[in-house]
Amino acid sequence: MADWFKGSSAESKIRQEPPAVRVGLILIALIYTGLFLVIPLVIVFSEALAKGIGNYMAAITNPETLAAIRLTILTVAIVLPLNLAFGLAAAWAIAKFNFPGKNLLVTLIDLPFTISPVVVGLIYVTVFGLQGLLGPWLAAHNLKIIFAVPGIVLVTIFVTFPLVARELIPLMQVTGVEEEEAAIVLGASGWQTFRMVTLPNIKWGILYGIILCCTRAMGEFGAVSVVSGHIRGLTDTMPLQIEILYNEYNFTAAFAVASLLALTALITLAVKTFMERKIRRKLELAVGVESERK
Amino acid sequence: MIKRNILPGFGLTMGFVIFYISIIVMIPLIIFIIKAFNISWLKFFTTVTSPRLIASYKLSFGISLLAALNNGIFGMVLAWVLTRYRFPGKKIIDALVDLPFAMPTAVAGIALTTLYAPNGWFGRLLEPLGIKVAFTPFGIWVALSFIGLPFVVRTLQPILQEFDPEVEEAAASLGANRRQTFQRVILPMLRSGWLTGFALALARGLGEYGSVVFISGNLPFRTEITSFLIVSKLEQYDYDGATAIAVVMLTVSFILLLGINYLQWRCRKYQ
Repeated sequence: MADWFKGSSAESKIRQEPPAVRVGLILIALIYTGLFLVIPLVIVFSEALAKGIGNYMAAITNPETLAAIRLTILTVAIVLPLNLAFGLAAAWAIAKFNFPGKNLLVTLIDLPFTISPVVVGLIYVTVFGLQGLLGPWLAAHNLKIIFAVPGIVLVTIFVTFPLVARELIPLMQVTGVEEEEAAIVLGASGWQTFRMVTLPNIKWGILYGIILCCTRAMGEFGAVSVVSGHIRGLTDTMPLQIEILYNEYNFTAAFAVASLLALTALITLAVKTFMERKIRRKLELAVGVESERK
Repeated sequence: MIKRNILPGFGLTMGFVIFYISIIVMIPLIIFIIKAFNISWLKFFTTVTSPRLIASYKLSFGISLLAALNNGIFGMVLAWVLTRYRFPGKKIIDALVDLPFAMPTAVAGIALTTLYAPNGWFGRLLEPLGIKVAFTPFGIWVALSFIGLPFVVRTLQPILQEFDPEVEEAAASLGANRRQTFQRVILPMLRSGWLTGFALALARGLGEYGSVVFISGNLPFRTEITSFLIVSKLEQYDYDGATAIAVVMLTVSFILLLGINYLQWRCRKYQ
């Protein structure tokens, strides 16, 4: 019905461009996204499978590649719970309370987005590296952070810590504080309020935040490359393994590992689309209830 | 209106947030800045003004600007088409716009290099025309165009969605044609959002590393970006040199971050 209305109403015709302009703009959009998004995505899978499924499987089950996959999963397993806890805490404090310096805090959370990943790596080398401030002390106690797994974990946290928070803050701001206040007034504990009132409102945002954080943590290249030291089979994550294989002209293997990461990227996009639909429906429902009340 | 907040958990969550940010961001950053001040002026100055670095600033800044511009123009077309028109494949395109956020930079880097190398799908077509993309500044532009694609689209989409149809109808009923309405009514409303997206894409392009290093070929004075030179100094164990370059990059990042915050604040004021 909405379509029929749109097509015949005189007002909305005023808001439409001539058909030729419309078709032209759509074509430009399709060509631009085709050239810059679709074809680069297609080539990852086509190169990975160019020499058959057997070679693909062999490339992925190569011991060094498996070690890289294991290290990547280990990194994500440490980074994700920490960033999830940070995201929930930051969203609760920022969305539900007013305090001085809130804008500054939000800016600080955005910081990793504007700092070059290479600079992030260098900052950690400066603090924990042998030439760095804590380097001599760490060396004396036989602790290795740079060119070892802890360094990889630390820079990955730096690069990905805003992601969950950035998803949850707007979601929790939209729902406001009234529902939570009602729960508290009715005698619920803080934890009960969070679990039974807040959580159902933000669960899709949490899911997307988790998936986005996973994807980005798995794929971080610049910062990890600076602190890893590239010790094969020990401190190479999946993106670093891709670089090594590519530089050795082992293109099929490089793209085989790349296809795994591209697949997680596609899953992320699918979840995002799904989540946005859920949230839109919820908002429309809330708006509907609101207007009925009036 | 000041209201006492009865919700619990402020102290706990705020404490954790400040602790986390201090450990992960603030303390390392402060130590880094103190270390940077220990570099002698001479060393700092000769490093950041060496001809090879000056060439890299020009390249990084020039290409980032160019890529942010074409993404600004096509991003606006994309945002417009995705909010106003219906066409087959629209939902897929809308979802794919976020691909550069989700796809690891190294994956994008090798995919684009393979496409544009002389024997690649696109390289093969461009080679007879005398156009070389991989291992030239043109290749860096391709990588940064990929990386910066989502920013303007995603800042303009919400503004276009919430745009009041009555404003356009008023313009039209007062005798403006479609082009006049677009130029005088719609464009001014989009300006802050567009600039925010543009600045975000520029900041991202300036710091980008993974997607560029494969396709650029890293030829001194020709295709070396600034972040690559940090890595190359580190590989030569020249920590002071790497730190000096990083100070320049951090300064630019902070200026851009302040600018972006100001633009976002203005954006909110507009809505």
